[in-house]
Amino acid sequence: MQSAGFPWLTVLIVLPLVGAAVVWSLPSSARAWSRHVAIGVSLVELVLAGLVALSFDTGIAGTYQFSEVHEWIPAIGTSYAVGIDGVGLLLILLSVVLTPLVLLAAWKEHGGGGAGGEDRSRHYVALILVLETFMVAIFAARDVFFFYVLFEAMLVPVYFLIGSFGGLQRRYAAVKFLIYSLAGGLVMLVAVIALYLNGPGGPQGFLTGNLVGIELPELTERLMFIAFFFAFAIKAPMWPVHTWLPDVAETAPAGTSTLLVGVLDKVGTFGMLTLCLPLFPNASRWAAPVIIVLALISILYGALLAIGQKDLMRLIAYTSVSHFGFIVLGIFAFTSVSVQGSSFYMFNHGLSTGALFLIAGFLVARRGSQQIADFGGLQKVVPVLAGVFLVAGLSALSLPGLSTFVSEFLVLIGTYSRSGPAAIVAVTGVVLAALYVLLTYQRIFTGPVPDELTSMPDLSGREKWVVAPLIALMLVLGFYPAPAIHLVREPATITLELVGVKDVPNAVTEARVTSGAKTAGTDEGSTT
Amino acid sequence: MTSSIATHLPAAVAYSTATVPAEGLLSLAWLLVALPLAGAAALLLLGRRADAWGHWLGVLASATSFLVGLAMFIAVLGRPDDDRVVGLHLFSWIPAGNLDIEAGLQIDPLSLTFVLLVTLVGTLIHFYSVAYMEHDVDRRRFFAYLNLFIAAMLLLVLADSYVLLFVGWEGVGLVSYLLIGFWFQSTANAVAAKKAFIANRIGDLGLLIALMLMFATYGAVDFATVLDGVDGVSQGTLTAIGLMLLLAACGKSAQFPLQSWLGDAMAGPTPVSALIHAATMVTAGVYLIVRSGPIFDGAPDAQLVVVIVGAITLLFGAIIGCAKDDLKKALAASTMSQIGYMILAAGLGPIGYALAIFHLVTHGFFKAGLFLGAGSVMHGMGDQINMRQFGALRTYMKVTYVTFAFGWLAILGVPPFSGFWSKDKIIEAAFVGEGWRPWVFGSVALLGAGLTAFYMSRLFFMTFFGAKRWNDGHNAAPGTALATQPVQHPHESPRLMTYPMIVLAVGSALLGGLLSIGNVFQSWLEPVTGSVEHHEPVLPVWLIMVLTLALVAAGLLLAWRQYAVAPVPVLVPVGSTLTRAARKDLYQDDVNDALLVEPGKYLTRSLVYADRQVVDGAVGGLGHSMVRLGEVTRRLQTGYVRSYAATMTFGLVALVAVVLATRI
Repeated sequence: MQSAGFPWLTVLIVLPLVGAAVVWSLPSSARAWSRHVAIGVSLVELVLAGLVALSFDTGIAGTYQFSEVHEWIPAIGTSYAVGIDGVGLLLILLSVVLTPLVLLAAWKEHGGGGAGGEDRSRHYVALILVLETFMVAIFAARDVFFFYVLFEAMLVPVYFLIGSFGGLQRRYAAVKFLIYSLAGGLVMLVAVIALYLNGPGGPQGFLTGNLVGIELPELTERLMFIAFFFAFAIKAPMWPVHTWLPDVAETAPAGTSTLLVGVLDKVGTFGMLTLCLPLFPNASRWAAPVIIVLALISILYGALLAIGQKDLMRLIAYTSVSHFGFIVLGIFAFTSVSVQGSSFYMFNHGLSTGALFLIAGFLVARRGSQQIADFGGLQKVVPVLAGVFLVAGLSALSLPGLSTFVSEFLVLIGTYSRSGPAAIVAVTGVVLAALYVLLTYQRIFTGPVPDELTSMPDLSGREKWVVAPLIALMLVLGFYPAPAIHLVREPATITLELVGVKDVPNAVTEARVTSGAKTAGTDEGSTT
Repeated sequence: MTSSIATHLPAAVAYSTATVPAEGLLSLAWLLVALPLAGAAALLLLGRRADAWGHWLGVLASATSFLVGLAMFIAVLGRPDDDRVVGLHLFSWIPAGNLDIEAGLQIDPLSLTFVLLVTLVGTLIHFYSVAYMEHDVDRRRFFAYLNLFIAAMLLLVLADSYVLLFVGWEGVGLVSYLLIGFWFQSTANAVAAKKAFIANRIGDLGLLIALMLMFATYGAVDFATVLDGVDGVSQGTLTAIGLMLLLAACGKSAQFPLQSWLGDAMAGPTPVSALIHAATMVTAGVYLIVRSGPIFDGAPDAQLVVVIVGAITLLFGAIIGCAKDDLKKALAASTMSQIGYMILAAGLGPIGYALAIFHLVTHGFFKAGLFLGAGSVMHGMGDQINMRQFGALRTYMKVTYVTFAFGWLAILGVPPFSGFWSKDKIIEAAFVGEGWRPWVFGSVALLGAGLTAFYMSRLFFMTFFGAKRWNDGHNAAPGTALATQPVQHPHESPRLMTYPMIVLAVGSALLGGLLSIGNVFQSWLEPVTGSVEHHEPVLPVWLIMVLTLALVAAGLLLAWRQYAVAPVPVLVPVGSTLTRAARKDLYQDDVNDALLVEPGKYLTRSLVYADRQVVDGAVGGLGHSMVRLGEVTRRLQTGYVRSYAATMTFGLVALVAVVLATRI
């Protein structure tokens, strides 16, 4: 534990915020440099986070490391407390990888014609940096109240990113996003307060570590669980509280959607995993069957809705509803394999959905439309763009060899040992995923080329640099996921210990244990 | 050659799955996959820069892989029989605690057989493609995909666990998708590619569920644990695993009821049809079942279903093959039918495993040769593929004619060509057993041989014999339908194309006989497929053989009378009900449309409507209040970021105040 050492996490949290402040305070003569400053800051952040990852002790990935605890408002028991386990580290890495790519992708956006162009661009990159601060902070937060404040406060930059830089319906979308999120947040706030009142109290009464394992009356625990889960389900988003996401994705700029769906929505599943389960173990077990059903509905419903979409960005949003269903399923299947799968899935989904949104953004910027019907035959015209879109799509359908396969496989195989029917329902999502990806690819990239598309330019060097790291990560972690799995393995075990469930032993081992001296050939090992 | 299938085999059933670690040359087995993978990566990443020479790089990668495979084969051949299952550990792949998956390769007679088949036929087809795709602007991309295919297929057969096998399994599916849709400017090709991938994915559900069952049962998914541990597992579980593996095999190998994609897959360039959709990838289902032999041995019910699926597909494909006028689609139907034979054999258990693989190998040669011949015909006939507009081509393309004839004789099972040795044994084995089964399955296999003789002779005669039914510039009277056809100048293909055809024709002629001498092939596979006790068919072996040859002769003569002697109508005759059904692939697409596609579309449309109208609206009363709030906020919007920020900050402060108030 490096708790007494250098405050690495605080540096990671503050640096982007400082970057944003610098961008905003640039004199008007230097505003043309705001994007350079922002990318520079995000790259430094990436390097620092890389150093943190290197000095993270994967041997004890389940233990919170780089911890810092400082008094914040002792009167209400809240502290500034940060620390990361393997899961938190993985999601912080996702945030710091995606942020520079989003900034690079938006290099020419929002800056276009007009005197206000540079100014808009400046606000955009600064808001992205502010968002990065919140992303890093929330995955490191180890105080429930601090987490809650971040959970609500991060709405502010997102609200402006959607409302100021989006398409025609951006105001409606931004408000819808805000109201859904606030509704969830307010319900959660009640439970946050109730949690403190039931906890040990005192100046550190909100520290997550002090709240894990407290005895709660059954009804209270269940209500508090529901309140937390409700907020996280909206964020994740799960059926039936998902409808804000397609509207937002339809209007928000691609970069915003990348961070929103790729990282921010993970706060929902991250919250379920690191707060709901450890804080309310009995209620988690109690609610698991219902949540698994909701997750299954999300998987199939999201996939079917994606197949039916005419708008490319809405389509990607619905695929995420489906993928979040897988993540939630793995978490509430309560097996070490499925929980590891879900933890890793959160990271991989950020890569694949991020890539999809960014590449779709390139397409839309070229065509001036995001209606799928406005495209066709583009593989002939823009082969590189088509190729990377296909790879990102294959990642969304969890093709083996890409990292998403490993996590989806772990979720499915882990879930099966807990509930066969649930896993078998979920696995049909695999076919639907192939449909929504390949149908889309067929409509946009194959067939005859419409006349108005024949001169579309292929990916520029800058755009290739946006996509290449994502694809490289997908491939490397597809064939060699061990480093990531080492990060999530121990946290999964510890979480399940806190929930109080054990893995289902496999039939052969169990048969050996129970039958003792009986010969193996006569055993009737059942799987269900 | 009149001996029954099992008389040479010692009377003991044993699998020798004890794996020894790889050393020396064998520890380089990863190169088999890595070389073509590197070739594919280079060709894709270099882009247009490699257009001029990329195809030769592709050929080189495939050929080197073949040489490495050959070296491995010789090395394994030099080992004693019980020491021929070699494992090569690569790295720790998914170390997820109680599911610990290692990436490793298994080099044994079965995987090496595939390695040699895939790399040899693959390399020949690489050469052929250099000429066949010469005028295609995307030839480099084509070779990148071919290399990727070799890599994925080799990973499939070399993997030492079901999940690594799955990587190769989906990899070949991806390449198949890419190559069927290679000429993507035509929407029909793109749709065919997608159809193939989706049908395969439905099969893949089976493999995924089998993986889940294995993990729940064994806590592991590697061959060694799963296959050696079948003794401790209930028959019900083994049956479930077996049926799920069969589902996977049905998708990949175009077996009933997932067969509908293979005909459409002929949209791909012909070398692809030869390599992927005839010789290698589509036989992966047979590999999967044979590899999983111990599971099926413990699950007789699953075995029965395997045999039934094989028997149905065998007839299904043969019937379709009799009605198709598109040369490639007729060959595709034939592939489906021949794989039906292999699946049937694999379902017979230990008695059939080696036979299934034997037929798979000989089929790989003669069917690849037939497809390359079809490509050569298309090459000489301006991409015409309708056999009703062929005829009399034997004098124009002699090499193609002779090599095609070798393939034709081989698939008919005419002695001493390859198919005789492999297919006859399967028919014989189908007659082994008790009760109704040998009679039903034996008869189906026998009938299939007759049908095969008919449809293969039909397409052979329609193409190379009879009268010219194409416009040679002189034979068309003005005003006739023929005169509207483009003038054809059929010619022999270049040597880069004919030489691979000749090699495959030699294989079609000799391979079956050579590998039958002293049952050398079956003994070679024994460490994997096990050796079996002697079984006698319910009919005498000589009678089965006579019946088979008589049916083959009948089919051949019927086709000769109808398609070589009698004139072949250029326009499609109405035909009987069965013919019309067969032309429509026995309504497989219509059934799928009615059962899956249309209900699916309706469901999707309804859900899209419901999501907007019901779910979005009904999330509490929230929907409505939200819109109203939206309007209110819109009025409040002043357009200045600062005022938003102020409002938000105020809201946040208010929230904190509420918290403080409740606490104090």
